[in-house]
Amino acid sequence: MSVLTPTRGVRAIDRINPVAKLAAALLLAAVLVLTIDWVSAAVALACEMLLFLWAGLTLRVFLWRTALVWLAAPSTGITTLLYGQASGQEYWSFGLIQVTDGSIDLALATTLRVLAIGLPAVVLFITVDPTDLADGLGQVVHLPARFVLGGLAALRMVGLFIEDWRALGLARRARGVADGAVLRRLGNQTFALLVLSIRRGSKLATAMEARGFGAPIQRTWARSSTFGLREWSLIGIGLMIAVLAVMISVSTGNWNFVFA
Amino acid sequence: MLVGATRGGASVDARDWGWRHSGRRRWAVSELSLRIEPGERILLLGASGSGKSTLLHALAGVLGGDEEGEQRGTLRVNGAEPGNAKGQVGLVLQDPDSQVILARVGDDVAFGCENIGVPRGEIWRRVQDALEMVGLDVPVGHPTSALSGGQKQRLALAGVLAMQPGLLLLDEPTANLDPVGVREVRESVARVLAHTDSTFIVIEHRVEIWKDLVDRVIVLGADGGVLADGSPSDVLLAQGVALTASGVWVPGVPHTLPIRPPRETGQPTLLSTNSLAIARTRDCVVAENIDLEVPEACALLITGPNGAGKSTLALTLAGLLRPAAGRVVASGALAAGAGSDPIRWKSRQLLSRVGTVFQDPEHQFVAGTVRAELAVGPRALGLSDALLHRRVDDLLERLRLDHLAEANPFTLSGGEKRRLSVATVLATQPRLLVLDEPTFGQDFRTWQEIVALLRDLLDAGTAIVAVSHDADFVAAVADREFRVEGRGSKYDLSAVLP
Repeated sequence: MSVLTPTRGVRAIDRINPVAKLAAALLLAAVLVLTIDWVSAAVALACEMLLFLWAGLTLRVFLWRTALVWLAAPSTGITTLLYGQASGQEYWSFGLIQVTDGSIDLALATTLRVLAIGLPAVVLFITVDPTDLADGLGQVVHLPARFVLGGLAALRMVGLFIEDWRALGLARRARGVADGAVLRRLGNQTFALLVLSIRRGSKLATAMEARGFGAPIQRTWARSSTFGLREWSLIGIGLMIAVLAVMISVSTGNWNFVFA
Repeated sequence: MLVGATRGGASVDARDWGWRHSGRRRWAVSELSLRIEPGERILLLGASGSGKSTLLHALAGVLGGDEEGEQRGTLRVNGAEPGNAKGQVGLVLQDPDSQVILARVGDDVAFGCENIGVPRGEIWRRVQDALEMVGLDVPVGHPTSALSGGQKQRLALAGVLAMQPGLLLLDEPTANLDPVGVREVRESVARVLAHTDSTFIVIEHRVEIWKDLVDRVIVLGADGGVLADGSPSDVLLAQGVALTASGVWVPGVPHTLPIRPPRETGQPTLLSTNSLAIARTRDCVVAENIDLEVPEACALLITGPNGAGKSTLALTLAGLLRPAAGRVVASGALAAGAGSDPIRWKSRQLLSRVGTVFQDPEHQFVAGTVRAELAVGPRALGLSDALLHRRVDDLLERLRLDHLAEANPFTLSGGEKRRLSVATVLATQPRLLVLDEPTFGQDFRTWQEIVALLRDLLDAGTAIVAVSHDADFVAAVADREFRVEGRGSKYDLSAVLP
């Protein structure tokens, strides 16, 4: 699945309204960014790992789709380790680099936090079908249809842009202008893609308008987007993980409020 | 009342109607007066620039407001301003890719119904009916990205039919399709017309396709007004010569170019392949074990079904795509010291050796004016200013682009864009010319010009490789034909035809 090919499964997680997934992921993230300590992030991550089993992804798919998070987490950690606020015993220093007790704690907390926020977001979203998300945002959140459906239609054009980009690259070689510096070449090609995408976009807008899009009529929705027990349960689970993480962190004295 | 509940055809009334796009001096349509009765089936003809598309867009209410242009006179659909008649008018456009709105077939067809407020249960009944009527036999959950061009056009048709319009408008619906796609769309429309009372207007410069489905032909004049109006046979008889001259493909009027016998063999080889396997993207081999030769002063036409890899083969021969296996070998005469592997040549080295004309001319435009566009290649070759200007001026005149020299390439018409894309390549005088569907969507006049130009080039010793679905074009220029059957063709069209 990607933004280009729709996905819709039969598992429970596939059928949950994407709006609930969005809400649960945002809720968890909102609580976890309030503190930088390793306990809250570790608790949240542990609970999430149990839930991932229920998501029904194979290990391979799970690792492949979340690869970016697994790469991002340690790299932010290492940066914090080397440049984070120094305190306590110093173990190694080199120029601006200082590895201390404090920076080790921060590094661990940051790494776990990126995982605890990133992994559930990815897992929830690889099971989201863009059309379902648009339906949810339009019918449940009541965002303007113009905005939601415009975005959805634009998403579908990504595939065309990829093909355009490829063709532009070949055409530039054929036109004799592909020998220069790489950056400049990419800049020019990006501009050409922008021109093409605006043209495609305006054609699409005409096609949509020709089908009554934007007409001053109350729009109906062909697919219903419902919000029920399943959706509230997911948000509840997210809330429970957040509360549990905060409670354990506070009670063990590790809570470290970022605004304090 | 639901707009979609309207049954029966809509009438059209134009009285001294005209439209000028903002920023243009010339009126796109002017002095147009006509009446179309409910249920009439009309083929709308006229020279390029006579405002056919503008009229259809106006009838569909998508021309935009006062910022987009200026209106004169009145235009009415069923007695009302077209802008207020949304849902009553269905418009299918030329480009299949730019009309697909949603990711799934059923959702896409439902889109128009949602916008005009059709209740949910009713929408899905209409979706089923519309898909059945256009003969698009795929599940409603089928991804729209996996459809062929012809299927996408039928999807667009189903999308407007589901709105149950009283006026059905098709703006060159088959211009971007291969022959199989053209047949599919025509059959769909024939079935639709047999089942509805809708008023029907189609623009198309290939008259043959629609002749038997329409009962009236209207020809718009290049300088405004209506040039001819009547039954297809009367209009084609009276206006056949004038229509042909303005680019319309009139049935029974053959091209006026002399027959060109295929060249005898025995020319030295310019380019050849050796167990070549081709791939558009790495690891995605579309055809393999290709052995062919391109002799000097000869035209090799690449033909074959959709998705078999024709374009991929052409771009690989042109030194733009890397062979997946095997080799493309340039002869010493072609390489002229640049090595025998075209893919290893520098971009600048390609210019005087192999010129490529892309299927979509817009992909190859890199400059702001037609004149600057033509100068790009010669400048990259480092030609002197005097020589450069001479070449550019010569090409501007030869390809009837001189009056457009300062225009932006993107603002040209389809035929002009095609001529410019060919001219940019000729500016560097390559020994081998590679063209991907050069006659796609072209009117009769441009078609003849392209054929005549390519024949001149052949006579002057240039070798040509061209991909084409156009049987007339193949017959008119080919010395040899290479058929790519591919393996695992992406779209198997035979499977969807009845």
